[in-house]
Amino acid sequence: MKKENFLWNSIKTGMLGGSIALFICLIGMTEVFSKRDVIEKVITLGQFVLLATSVMTGLIASRQTSQLVGENRSLHRLTAGLVAGLMTGVVLALFVLAGDKVNIRAVFLNATPGLYNILTFEKGVSGVWVLPVISAVSGLIGAAFLLLPQAAQKPLTQATLFLFFMALFSGLFRVVLINQGTNWEKIAKYLYGQTGVTSEGALIFFFAVVIISVLWSWRGQSVKTSVAHLPKGGKLTLRLLAFAAIGYVALGLPQVSGPFIAQVIVTVALFILMGLGLNITLGFAGLLDLGFVAFYAIGAYTVGLLTSYGPFGLQHISFWAAVPIAVLVAMAAGFVLGLPVLGVRGDYLAIATLGFGEIVRLLAGSDFLAKYFGGPQGVIGIQKPCLGVLEPFVKIDVPRVCNGIELGKPQDIYYVAVAAALLIAFVAWRLRESRLGRAWMAIREDEDVAEALGVNLIQTKLLAYMLGAAMAGLGGAIFATLIGSIFASSMQLIVSINVVSLIIVGGMGSIPGVIVGAIALIGLPELLREVSEFRYLLYGMTLIIMMLSKPEGLWPSQAAKRELHHVEASTEAEL
Amino acid sequence: MRTSFGERMLDLIVSGFLWGIRILIVSVIVIGTIGTLRTGQYTSEQWIDFVVFGVAQGSIYALIALGYTMVYGILRMINFAHGDIFMTGAFGAYFIATWLTNTGFVDANPVLGLLIPILFAMGIAAAIAMLVERIAYRPLRGAPRLVPLISAIGASFFLEYAFRGFFGPGKYAYPPIKALEGSWEIFGIGILKVQIVVTIAAFIMMAILYFIVMFTKVGKAMRAVSENKDTAALMGIDVNRIIVSTFALGAAMAGAAGVLFSLVYRQIDFFMGFTPGIKAFTAAVLGGIGNIPGAMVGGLVLGVFESIGPSLFLEGLGITRPYQLKDAIAYTMLVMILLFRPSGILGERLTTKKA
Repeated sequence: MKKENFLWNSIKTGMLGGSIALFICLIGMTEVFSKRDVIEKVITLGQFVLLATSVMTGLIASRQTSQLVGENRSLHRLTAGLVAGLMTGVVLALFVLAGDKVNIRAVFLNATPGLYNILTFEKGVSGVWVLPVISAVSGLIGAAFLLLPQAAQKPLTQATLFLFFMALFSGLFRVVLINQGTNWEKIAKYLYGQTGVTSEGALIFFFAVVIISVLWSWRGQSVKTSVAHLPKGGKLTLRLLAFAAIGYVALGLPQVSGPFIAQVIVTVALFILMGLGLNITLGFAGLLDLGFVAFYAIGAYTVGLLTSYGPFGLQHISFWAAVPIAVLVAMAAGFVLGLPVLGVRGDYLAIATLGFGEIVRLLAGSDFLAKYFGGPQGVIGIQKPCLGVLEPFVKIDVPRVCNGIELGKPQDIYYVAVAAALLIAFVAWRLRESRLGRAWMAIREDEDVAEALGVNLIQTKLLAYMLGAAMAGLGGAIFATLIGSIFASSMQLIVSINVVSLIIVGGMGSIPGVIVGAIALIGLPELLREVSEFRYLLYGMTLIIMMLSKPEGLWPSQAAKRELHHVEASTEAEL
Repeated sequence: MRTSFGERMLDLIVSGFLWGIRILIVSVIVIGTIGTLRTGQYTSEQWIDFVVFGVAQGSIYALIALGYTMVYGILRMINFAHGDIFMTGAFGAYFIATWLTNTGFVDANPVLGLLIPILFAMGIAAAIAMLVERIAYRPLRGAPRLVPLISAIGASFFLEYAFRGFFGPGKYAYPPIKALEGSWEIFGIGILKVQIVVTIAAFIMMAILYFIVMFTKVGKAMRAVSENKDTAALMGIDVNRIIVSTFALGAAMAGAAGVLFSLVYRQIDFFMGFTPGIKAFTAAVLGGIGNIPGAMVGGLVLGVFESIGPSLFLEGLGITRPYQLKDAIAYTMLVMILLFRPSGILGERLTTKKA
């Protein structure tokens, strides 16, 4: 095979990196992200993303070069990184020059003067050379990073990621710390600025992680072995302590975080709940249900119609009485909808259920059924849950008075959602180890073999589908009381896609994976207003990248991990 | 084989249930139709209008459906992002069409003014589809079925929101072509010019595609690959290249459909591909997925059903504002066809073959 010239290869890689950077600019990310700092007065998020692109480009070019000319040609590799970084910057510079002559904004809305200012560091066209230089240096850094010994690479990566993480969530941490009292407030203000970490904070975070990481690699192994050698009781205590700590944080967080973040956490809890439900259908049984939102809607409307004190309320019963009914109705709907479609092949099932979801939304929002479901105006005035005795219903538009504690705030509903999620997690955990759970997984792996082994396909699939539906119904019920009103327009396909994505990111069939996925996909974008504009773009990208690189997810179940490794081993054997 | 009583009961319930659905659907159609026809609130001219609109609409669906059907025929994969490829074509054409309209070119040469945006849209859509195939689908060939489907869903969202980023969430008004305003009299019935032109254009595109697939070397290779990839490779066909050209060809059709759709509806936005995409998939399944003439028939049937359905079946049942449920008719058809005849009207060549 002809060996490619490494310089030409680096130029190509650099141009690819430049195109990605240009894409990031043109979708408007750079400008939006520039309103936020990573390190105050030093680097904004927008600059960080562009520089990270250059660094990655340099890193990749260097890696490719080591394959072309050999591992130990350091100078070649550094040159490659430099050239690739430079090309990334050159692409952006060419864009700026072109934008100076032609009105690119006539087509691409985000080619604004603001963007040109960011790319030229507010120097106008004369500053166009700055970016290629910085970008080349970044590429060089990326290439140099690869030349470092492994022992140095790891702490640096961890420290950078940690610093980035701390900066992204500076809003959250700052509020939590400030709410702890004046001493903490001082620390918070020292570490965090308005929209990012301060330079001092950045240094502290960075070196703290480097030191911890170095220490860990030095002593970590002995800690691990001493934990492994603990007696059984000791291990259990350790595990219980860890659970208690997580539980304490999870339960206490909404109390200290203020209403906005509490709202976010409730949403996350709600999606964990639904993720656990769909995890049974998709993760265990392998049925891709894109109509999940239909059952969510059914649960929400059931609670809405049964408890609402608005014009569409039917029964005015309490939330606690309505929830089991909602779950049962959703389950029954799962039975009715699932019975016919479950004979349909896997990918057709996804589309058929998508059709269902859309039909339910269209019917609920139509004028035809408006006298029952409120049409586009929705069902409003949903009773909040009440711990205590509810006064009887008086008249329309007057909520029933609660003698006791009314769970009106998002923080309160959070505990309801967490309790429900724990219940579902327990059910899912027990089911997975059961005969039924193993039957589901057999179906997921191969329907024909499962049937041959005596698994009744329809019955088993139907159970998975109904349980998933029931849990979606529960999620919808809690959603209804959380928001206090339901609209058909909020029952979009996107809800199903959200849940599917979080399961896939976390790892199909894995229960902790659902939690990780929900925090990553639902929590992060809600907390980062800047990111939330691009969340579906990032979702789409995440789905593709996960499928390409880690189809088993970030936190795979043991079984999935085993299976995938087994597959790898067998394909290697074939070769 | 030993089957328990419970299992037999379940089978009985399932088949009873399926029959129940069949009877329900047929009775809705029959009772609704009778109800509507007895009130006689629509003249025959209005019915013809509905049908003509349905044919125009359906020929657009058919054009999109070709892409679904061809890709499915070769890869056994639902290209969920195909509807968004359609959207990219419409956007590509919008900017060219606006520019040509503003310079007065379209008024001077209406034929070229229609043709240039279509060609441009086909190019853009094909390029993007090839990129999507290269990045999101090719590495996943041979993976379990759900994996490429999820990747395709990801690609769909990525395209939608990338375009939202580029061009904003608002709606763009597609420039009208003056020569296509008004209507022509055909057999004494006035029919909108746009609908006639769109239908004819769609049919010409389909004829071109059919010609390519049936009578050119590439087309022959495509058919060979869809029969059997390995054997085709042994016969000296570059399978990857053929798969890419299948994607490109299907996408070009979708891009052209994007322009035609914009001519009818006059507005475009980043989310416009979703509903037509699902409907075109319905059309593809309706005609038998993997079957090219089937996709054309399926598109026309779906278009006409959707166009006359609300007035014919639903209004007679006393449903207010039945046109709101137009999409629901299409989705119901989708579910029903997947339930009762997944091989479609013209039959699928690949029913038993499992990828």
